[in-house]
Amino acid sequence: MKFFFNVGRYFSMLKRVFARPERHKMYIRQLFREIDNLGVNSVGIVIVISVFIGGIMVIQFAYSMSNPLYPSELVGLGTRDTLILEFSSTMLALIMAGKIGSNITSEIGTMRVTEQIDSLEIMGVNSASYLILPKIVAVVFIFPFLFIISVFFGMLGGLLTGPVAGVITVPEYLDGIRYLFYPYYVTFSIIKSLFFGFLVATVPAYFGYYVQGGAFEVGKASTRAVVNTNILILLFDLILTRLLLT
Amino acid sequence: MIEVKNLYKSFDGNEVLKNVSATFENGKTNLIIGRSGSGKTVLLKSILGLFEIDSGEIWYNERNLTQMGEKEVKRMRREIGMVFQGGALFDSISVEGNVRFPLDMFTRMSSKEKKERVEFCLEHVNIEKHAFSLFPSEISGGMQKRVAIARAIALNPKYLFCDEPNSGLDPETATVIDKLIQSLTKEFQMTTIINTHDMNSVIEIGESVLFISKGEKGWEGTKDEILKTDSKKLNDFIFANKLYAQMKGK
Repeated sequence: MKFFFNVGRYFSMLKRVFARPERHKMYIRQLFREIDNLGVNSVGIVIVISVFIGGIMVIQFAYSMSNPLYPSELVGLGTRDTLILEFSSTMLALIMAGKIGSNITSEIGTMRVTEQIDSLEIMGVNSASYLILPKIVAVVFIFPFLFIISVFFGMLGGLLTGPVAGVITVPEYLDGIRYLFYPYYVTFSIIKSLFFGFLVATVPAYFGYYVQGGAFEVGKASTRAVVNTNILILLFDLILTRLLLT
Repeated sequence: MIEVKNLYKSFDGNEVLKNVSATFENGKTNLIIGRSGSGKTVLLKSILGLFEIDSGEIWYNERNLTQMGEKEVKRMRREIGMVFQGGALFDSISVEGNVRFPLDMFTRMSSKEKKERVEFCLEHVNIEKHAFSLFPSEISGGMQKRVAIARAIALNPKYLFCDEPNSGLDPETATVIDKLIQSLTKEFQMTTIINTHDMNSVIEIGESVLFISKGEKGWEGTKDEILKTDSKKLNDFIFANKLYAQMKGK
């Protein structure tokens, strides 16, 4: 029963979120703030994680393909396709659910328990829309860029690590990442990023918006938000992969 | 003027407000007092329309809140200023930004006009200019309450609601806040409703006092009448306050 209650309340919140804004200028100002706060501030961690994962992937691919029958280009190809198809969209979304999601839940949840949301409502502001809509637009907008940045730096990580670790040469790696490239993989992953961006913004916003109690409950809501977002990301990954890739 | 008629409100079958009727007059500081859990916050939030009532009527002058649609309620709320117990200032924006927020959201004022209005409101609550650019976390509790009052009056409201405005403040600052609310009420001819359990506030500014006991109207009168009341429930409540007991003794 609680599950259905939460699903119903989530969609009723979304209905309020997508209502007509009171003053577009204020929402746009808020949007730029959110792009900076949630998006631009995440670029650093995305680069760091992608460089390391790219490097690790090259070493692992090289290790598992250390058979003279396999062409060495497969290391680059495997790294590229894994980054594009899964890591830079799904894995990154899971990581961002932790970073951005907990940020959204704690920010909105704190506003709820300190009566800032009530204060907006009393003023006649649609608090759900004013607080959540700019976050959704910002995260959905920034996710494809984070995906592209992640793929680029992941491959760069492989390029830097492979030759240094002595598992592959630079020309072999570069040949590999250009070998059998399907542009549709990028389209598919960008579509996934858009879905995941929506989940990463709305699910934590829901848990924050309806939190009751004090700081302790805000902390618990953040944890629940991240767990639920992660489960939904994986579920949608499965559904989208089945629908778009097979 | 705000009028409440035969108000009933319950949560999960538990009746919190029972047949409460009261009139809150214009240009006066109207106080709602009562023990913690007596239902005064529920009454305040019901009047504000934050809680859907079971039955009864709430009139804002000639307008019945209970008959209004969502859009009408939203429009009417722009005539309401609210000071929350903890101030409820937006902590991501400065003191100045907090007061400008309702102006940005609901008016077509030019930047210069907004700046002037913000300065007017903040100066009215005795906030010095150097504090305009500070964030709520950088100012004291008393200043936060004053900024909250400045924000509440920014749109020139007809109705001002204050939920325990001096809780957590030292007695001197609490008196300053009480006096400030009273003077603003007179100056702008607002209908002000203050929710409190502080007897000092009653003595200082209680022009009209409504005592709520176990969800029912226990007593109604003025600060002068409260000194002479024979109501047992009210006396039980106020005798807990030593200062008041001393005054009553005098």
